Amino acid sequence: MIKTIGLNQHFGSVKAVDNVDLHIKKGDVTVIMGGSGSGKTTLLRLIAGLTVPTSGSILFAGEDLAKVGRKRLYELRLQVGMVFQYSALLNSLDVYENVSFPLHEHTDLDESVIRTMVTMKLEQVGLRGFENMMPSQLSGGMAKRVAFARALAMDPQVVFFDEPTSGLDPISAGVVSSLIHDTTAKTRMTSVVVTHDVQAGLDIADHVILLWQGQIIAEGKPASIRQSEDPRVQQFIQGRPNGPIPFSRSDTAYIDDLMHKPGYVRMEQ
Amino acid sequence: MIGSLTGYLGRSVIRGIEKIGDATMFGLSTLSLFFARPWQGKHFVMQMYAIGVGSLIIIIITGAFTGMVLALQGYHMLIKVGTESLLGPAVALSIIRELGPVLAALMFVGRAGSSITAEIGIMRVTEQMDALEMMAVNPQARVLLTRIIACVLSLPILVAIFDVVGLFAGYLIGVEMLGVNGGVYMGETIDKIGMVDLWAGWTKSIYFGLLIGVICTYMGLRATPTTEGVAKATTQAVMLCSVMILIIDYIITSFYL
Repeated sequence: MIKTIGLNQHFGSVKAVDNVDLHIKKGDVTVIMGGSGSGKTTLLRLIAGLTVPTSGSILFAGEDLAKVGRKRLYELRLQVGMVFQYSALLNSLDVYENVSFPLHEHTDLDESVIRTMVTMKLEQVGLRGFENMMPSQLSGGMAKRVAFARALAMDPQVVFFDEPTSGLDPISAGVVSSLIHDTTAKTRMTSVVVTHDVQAGLDIADHVILLWQGQIIAEGKPASIRQSEDPRVQQFIQGRPNGPIPFSRSDTAYIDDLMHKPGYVRMEQ
Repeated sequence: MIGSLTGYLGRSVIRGIEKIGDATMFGLSTLSLFFARPWQGKHFVMQMYAIGVGSLIIIIITGAFTGMVLALQGYHMLIKVGTESLLGPAVALSIIRELGPVLAALMFVGRAGSSITAEIGIMRVTEQMDALEMMAVNPQARVLLTRIIACVLSLPILVAIFDVVGLFAGYLIGVEMLGVNGGVYMGETIDKIGMVDLWAGWTKSIYFGLLIGVICTYMGLRATPTTEGVAKATTQAVMLCSVMILIIDYIITSFYL
């Protein structure tokens, strides 16, 4: 369904995504995990076509997103939905208008048909009856679910989720995770989830990709990730503070900063 | 010391030129979407309503008090040289050629321009622009172009309203309060005001509308995606627009003299 070949995204000297080859299978829930700054959101934006890569290819249904024109990209996007980290609901529109937005934009359906479809999508995410509420009146979990309903409005083949459970209480996070899992199973759509919520990620995934410093360090089924002998994988999934993945990201030695850099209190060795 | 100052000035000039170039390219690429499909006609009208109608009250108040002050001040100056009969054209020329377009534009920047920058900045911070992009709706056409066009179309109408209100207020003060002959006031005004004066004011309002639309949308789009970044961009947009309005006013005035 989606394939990347030699994908790179550099910001100056920082390699946010470094030579990534991945294959996302149709009908799977693929979970991309990694710590903060590991490049997972950048990778998601690349495969969603929101960012042009420094180099490499992103093949969506056989077409390279980095090379297609805007018109074709928009045609392909009709098959795609996305749930953003902060929901990204259009805050001047109410829930009904948000969910019906893609239908009003891209179809000539009668308003009664659109209303029926929106009601079905809202029922699917458990928010039927909230049509007239404004985004500012919704809790974080409700806003995520409305964003999910909006992403499903056009019955997409692929839905991208950027940190779908971040900032949610455990119950709301569980609801959102099970919605992703159940909807993917029922509709046979493909889901790509970026998260650092290890437990939720491993629970809903068919395929897991673990990133560190912009590179894939492990991938496979959740069971194989759990049993991986790579110390970086074990440190990440067990949330251990000490291990090969350092807490400090400084390039220079701490003692050098204190002893030799100008502008510091001079310390005797 | 001098070397670092020169370096700082040089870098600032280069950054300024880069920004002007970037804003110009942004303006041209956005305006080139005017005829692109799907046509945003309905959204132009909606933005004109939000931007134009929302600015109406402040424009009427500013126009009324500008006309009243001009009549009051003008009368006390002209009566010293016995030419109070010229009060009408003095008020009308000042309003139509200069104060109408400039003051209306400055008020428009404060009311509508700042809200455009803040709204676009917040849409960026909250990923709403990306959400539109993912829903196959071009945010440059839907969000940015519609606001620029709404500014270009709304400001001339608001300037016309400012002019009418200002002239009427000037008439009330001059004729009803200060006792200038009404026939003379109107006759001299009609006699001294030509089409070139109306064109001058109208041309300015169109350029100001375009300037405000492009600068405010550009600053919103390029705002650092933080709360402080959006606030800073809004302030900078208002300041930049205000200064540019005065500079362009001088340039256009020199062409119409």
